[in-house]
Amino acid sequence: MMEFQAFLFYFVAILTGLCAIAVVVTQNIVRSAAWLMFALAGTSVIFFLLGADFVAATQLIVYVGGTLVLVVFGVMLTAQGPFISMKTGAVEWAMSTLVGLLLVGVLIGTIVRDPTWKDLPKPKPTEANQSFNSVALGESLLGVEEATPEARLTGTFDPRTAPRRTRMAYLLPFEIVSVHLLVVLIGAAYLARAKRRRGATP
Amino acid sequence: MNPPVEIGLTHYLSLGAVMFVCGAVCMATKRNAIGILMGVELVLNGANINFVAFAAFNPAFDIEGQVFALFVIVLAAAEAAVALAIVLNFYNNHMTVDVDTAEELKG
Repeated sequence: MMEFQAFLFYFVAILTGLCAIAVVVTQNIVRSAAWLMFALAGTSVIFFLLGADFVAATQLIVYVGGTLVLVVFGVMLTAQGPFISMKTGAVEWAMSTLVGLLLVGVLIGTIVRDPTWKDLPKPKPTEANQSFNSVALGESLLGVEEATPEARLTGTFDPRTAPRRTRMAYLLPFEIVSVHLLVVLIGAAYLARAKRRRGATP
Repeated sequence: MNPPVEIGLTHYLSLGAVMFVCGAVCMATKRNAIGILMGVELVLNGANINFVAFAAFNPAFDIEGQVFALFVIVLAAAEAAVALAIVLNFYNNHMTVDVDTAEELKG
């Protein structure tokens, strides 16, 4: 069972990483959008593997189904002749590849060497853990707060406080995000409105 | 290469780091404005993987990480909408999406 999960993780993670790299190295912007779709879908499978069902479903619906369609429309509306593949200079490629490799080396080196993250065990899925996910998420967004103050915001794994869960309420950020979406809706419609040329008859 | 059986937090964080760096390099190298937008999406996804991984592995933060990941997804959708509106407006005015030519605001 565990081996199958490990195999699944390696399979999906390697595919997702390769798709993310393909987004960068592809010169054709249309193909780049297609690779991005696979990378985003792979990320949602990773979320499923992590046990975050609701976030994974949201990633599939909002990101792959919404944001990516928007990006593809942007690509199609502007993809004319010379803009489909715009070449980047060799010097720029060399520089950014070097910087990127250095950055990924530093990040992964830090991740691997940090002793506090290494032996953090994945909590075993229990009966309460299984059904908790989207229900607790919805309760938290509705403002239901169930917190144990001494365990709040410590961020360290403590086996004694592990069963006790801190649930903070995120009603206010939820409201702010909904107002923000409304503002973005109006702003995007205003920015992208079709301008009539001066003097042209409709 | 003999993969360890237990998948730990390190593996997920490494995947997040790879996606982050891909997005950063994408933002640096693409000349198409929409390509830069794709780089931003990759960076946000790398951050999201980190959020959800920490939420899954640290019981003190099991709800926080997922809530933050949801907010990041929503804000990324909003950001993509506004950025595409700006790009389309720029394309209507200049007939190009090459960011190297967008130097009107240069001082």
